[in-house]
Amino acid sequence: MSDVVEKTLTALPSLLSLDSQPGSAKLSSTSKLGALIRGITELTSKHEEEKLIQRELASLKDQVSSPNTSMRQMKEAMVRAIYCEMLGYEASFSYIHAIKLAQQGSILDKRVGYLAVTLFLNENHELLLLLVNTVLKPNVPQRYDTCNTPLVEEKLNHPKEIIRRKAVLALYKFYLIAPNQVQHIHNRFRKALCDKDPGVMFASLHIYLQMIKGYKDLTASFVTILKQVVSGKLPMDFNYHSVPAPWLQIQLLRILSILGKNDQSTSEIMYDVLDESLKRAEINHNITYAILYECVKCIYTIYPKTDLLEKAAKCIGNFVLSSKINLKYLGLKALTYVVQQDPKLALQHQMTIIECLDHPDVIIKRETLELLFRITNAQNITVIVEKMLEFLHQSKDDHTTIDLVGKVAEIAEKYPLQTMNTVFSLGGDMIQPDIPNSFLKLLSEGFESEEENKKLRLFAVDSYILLLEGETRNLPQRFLQVISWVLGEYSHLRNDLDPARVMTLLTKLLEMRQTSSETKTWVLMAMTKLCSGEASVSIARSVCEDLSSSMDTVQRQRAHELLLLSQDRALRSQLLPLCSDPEPLEVDSSLSFLDAFVSEALAAGAAPYKPPHQRQEELAQQKALSLEPYELSLPINMSSSCVTGRQSPTLMSVSSGLSGDSAELSHKGGSTTLKLEGVKRVWGREGYLSKKEPVEEVAQAEIPSPLSSPNQHTGASGTSSNTHPPIPTPEPEQEKQQLASSLFVGLGSQSSLCLVRADIYSTQDVPSHSVAVFQYSLSVIRPVVHFEVMGMLSYQSSHKSHEVEFTYKLPLTNFIRPFTVSTEQYGAMWLAFSNDTKQNLNLVTDGQDSLTDTLNVLKGKLNLHIVEIIGMEGIVACRLAQDQPCLLHCHIHAGTLAVWLRSPVPDLPDSLLYHCQRALEGT
Amino acid sequence: MQFMLLFSRQGKLRLQKWYVPLSDKEKKKITRELVQTVLARKPKMCSFLEWRDLKVVYKRYASLYFCCAVEVQDNELITLEIIHRYVELLDKYFGSVCELDIIFNFEKAYFILDEFLLGGEAQETSKKNVLKAIEQADLLQEVRHKTLRRREFLWHGHISLTRQIPGPEQNMVMLVIY
Repeated sequence: MSDVVEKTLTALPSLLSLDSQPGSAKLSSTSKLGALIRGITELTSKHEEEKLIQRELASLKDQVSSPNTSMRQMKEAMVRAIYCEMLGYEASFSYIHAIKLAQQGSILDKRVGYLAVTLFLNENHELLLLLVNTVLKPNVPQRYDTCNTPLVEEKLNHPKEIIRRKAVLALYKFYLIAPNQVQHIHNRFRKALCDKDPGVMFASLHIYLQMIKGYKDLTASFVTILKQVVSGKLPMDFNYHSVPAPWLQIQLLRILSILGKNDQSTSEIMYDVLDESLKRAEINHNITYAILYECVKCIYTIYPKTDLLEKAAKCIGNFVLSSKINLKYLGLKALTYVVQQDPKLALQHQMTIIECLDHPDVIIKRETLELLFRITNAQNITVIVEKMLEFLHQSKDDHTTIDLVGKVAEIAEKYPLQTMNTVFSLGGDMIQPDIPNSFLKLLSEGFESEEENKKLRLFAVDSYILLLEGETRNLPQRFLQVISWVLGEYSHLRNDLDPARVMTLLTKLLEMRQTSSETKTWVLMAMTKLCSGEASVSIARSVCEDLSSSMDTVQRQRAHELLLLSQDRALRSQLLPLCSDPEPLEVDSSLSFLDAFVSEALAAGAAPYKPPHQRQEELAQQKALSLEPYELSLPINMSSSCVTGRQSPTLMSVSSGLSGDSAELSHKGGSTTLKLEGVKRVWGREGYLSKKEPVEEVAQAEIPSPLSSPNQHTGASGTSSNTHPPIPTPEPEQEKQQLASSLFVGLGSQSSLCLVRADIYSTQDVPSHSVAVFQYSLSVIRPVVHFEVMGMLSYQSSHKSHEVEFTYKLPLTNFIRPFTVSTEQYGAMWLAFSNDTKQNLNLVTDGQDSLTDTLNVLKGKLNLHIVEIIGMEGIVACRLAQDQPCLLHCHIHAGTLAVWLRSPVPDLPDSLLYHCQRALEGT
Repeated sequence: MQFMLLFSRQGKLRLQKWYVPLSDKEKKKITRELVQTVLARKPKMCSFLEWRDLKVVYKRYASLYFCCAVEVQDNELITLEIIHRYVELLDKYFGSVCELDIIFNFEKAYFILDEFLLGGEAQETSKKNVLKAIEQADLLQEVRHKTLRRREFLWHGHISLTRQIPGPEQNMVMLVIY
């Protein structure tokens, strides 16, 4: 608690004793407020305060509604009610009494009454009408009586100037609320302007500021008034820190700037007085700066005059260079204001502006950005947008963000390409996918003039070619996609550009390791559009050769298209016309054009289509899928789950051995893992290389012995049999590992719709009657509920080649390892992880301690580590790889186990939760 | 001017005056957010804020923040002077003002503000005239407020009040609480 409050507390008791002295009865009224305030300061919690205030309000309510309460007590009660409202508690019962007080009390009571009313009631309150009637009695006009203009009008003639002044201000308020209602008394305003009391004149300026446009003829009068004010003709009363009537001056300057805007003859009348104002305002005080600032604004608004502009520029310079931060801010603001007319001024203050850009005060920083925004041109745009985005990253205030984003967008409209290039390369892959889309739309639909469009597109092509010729490694994927689209679409606009050159550049992208497969498909599409001419076709051919064996079916498909279309010119120009119309394509989402094909297939005996989830359900019901570790003869269950619909982005890399332990686990969980209803994510699948198996079935039967070795379990990842002491095959194995890892890296194409299969053929010969064991390790890059491993085995027997496809499904649990951490470490990590999910799960209820039992089941089935159990709460941890932990917080809530999972790895909590659910379902 | 708020360093509202019609809910929301924003600012930062679509001008006097929201085209510096003039008025009226005066006599603080500003516009800029009006009103009371006596008492009770500090800015009144 602050010193002030402490001191108050020590002072209060004596204060109160003073109040209770005889003869100071008057103070007893305030002492009730005092007691209330003291009571509040003594409290320690919000809750206590609430209780106290409610008590206070209840007693207040009694007091105000009691008929015996005197006006003075009522006044005192009203003050307390205001205080309670200020603390944020409603005291609506007192509103009506406030009005009563305003009606009935003595002048002082009325005053409190009015105060309470203005604080309590808002514009739409129903009691206001009652108040209007009240107001008709006393002679001080209030600002609430909107329908009482005649009454206030009368007051304009009142002999006392303070009343006239208030009446004018009241009319000003009417004017703001309903301009039409006071139209007929405009001449009255003029009378007020000529009033012998400067105060009344000042008040009338408020009205004139609002409706000045129609009063050009008054310019000379305003100038005369200002002259008089500046030269100190007003009574001393109007001085403020020895500056004559600053409020009046500023008001007049504002009026003049409106009058002189774009009007040379009117402006000429005021040049002298402005000059005079600038000269006079030399005392080093805030108030003179205020006048100066207004003066400068005025000078830059009205029709320009050179020597005044020079003086004003000097003033701005002084502001900007000032050590006082408020003046610096205003200097920047003034610069922002004038910089469009006079960009040189900004140049003069370059260094200050740069300093302000890194100012610790965000307000200054923002104003500087605003200034930069005004001086954006084609050359500096990149830096400016960069600065703006930088600020955006740090900004937490929504209003600022919206404002800045709007500005970036505005710049983008003026300089679309430069801005978007900056946005793409800085925003990187963080930006929303629809931003590049709308940018491409902008490019293709273009602006009004065809000429502009062409220029813009050409510029885009040029700048992107330049970019690609440089270092491409650090460009974000989305930007690469945009680049390849633009090059594919618009390269032909530049006649002197050889398509083969573009093709070569694009090929470079394909060869880059960082390029994601999604980007690769964009690149391939662009190449398809481009490949015309001898050289291009040959580039296309070599690319296709490379990619025809790609793991990614989409890429393969695109490569195939490229190959075909590069050879068939007529078809290509038909499919991909050079200047494509932006006419919208009609998409037939029901695929009705395939109806004939489907019915034909059905008639031919094909099974009707089943959506993936239905297929999975059926599969789960059958439970017939064997998940036994593969025996010597590979169980062939490939077709059953070959087509599982959409591919989720799943990244896996295969590089070292699957342990027998995990294979066993998957077997254990096998009976349940296939039930997939209610699982949103569709798992991905990976194809991978399997070994040619030269072993005939007969031979396999003869070699049961080595099967007991743990290695046998690795059948999941492709096993050949070998009876003899393991023949190490290091070479091909290494080779394969490499292959495999390169295969699965980057296999995350969100758009690949087809089955992914491994088409890699290894030609290693394994002697007959032997078993070859190959080990691979899989590590999860992106978790899903199940991973699917697919492969194909081809072998030759009696000069006939056989092919066997197999798939194998690995639940995520195979990859989960216990994660040993201390409670403190757990706590530290918990807060740092951003991906989380919550759910209530079944409890194991047979034992005494259901939490421990449940967690033990989870531990057993999912291989988790129980960190600690305290009472009804337990914390559990596990991990995928070393740096991919997942933390679980469990507590018993309403008969269920409320689990909260957190992990730095996206999707891991969701996928793991699924398995937790499964594990507990059977119990 | 759209509204004026007085609040303490602890974020407690001491006085509020709204010159634009707003619902109670909005008022509370604005107050809460603005108090937070202003309190988060450091002493060396500038007194102006672009906050939502308003311009906020604030100044701290001892433990009290005076905070005004004005229209975008209004002059920031003159708004600071409005605040300052109000503080001067309070100071003159209460002797040398401190936060406690405003807490215990907040209705007086309102009356002074109403004499000075009407409908959000500076209406009577003369210190003398404002105080005259208030004192006349006080005289109407049968017994004068014992505020001053009370103040003296507080003064002896360890709370020092305002004092004049001659500085670069003439007549600048500082509120000092020990």
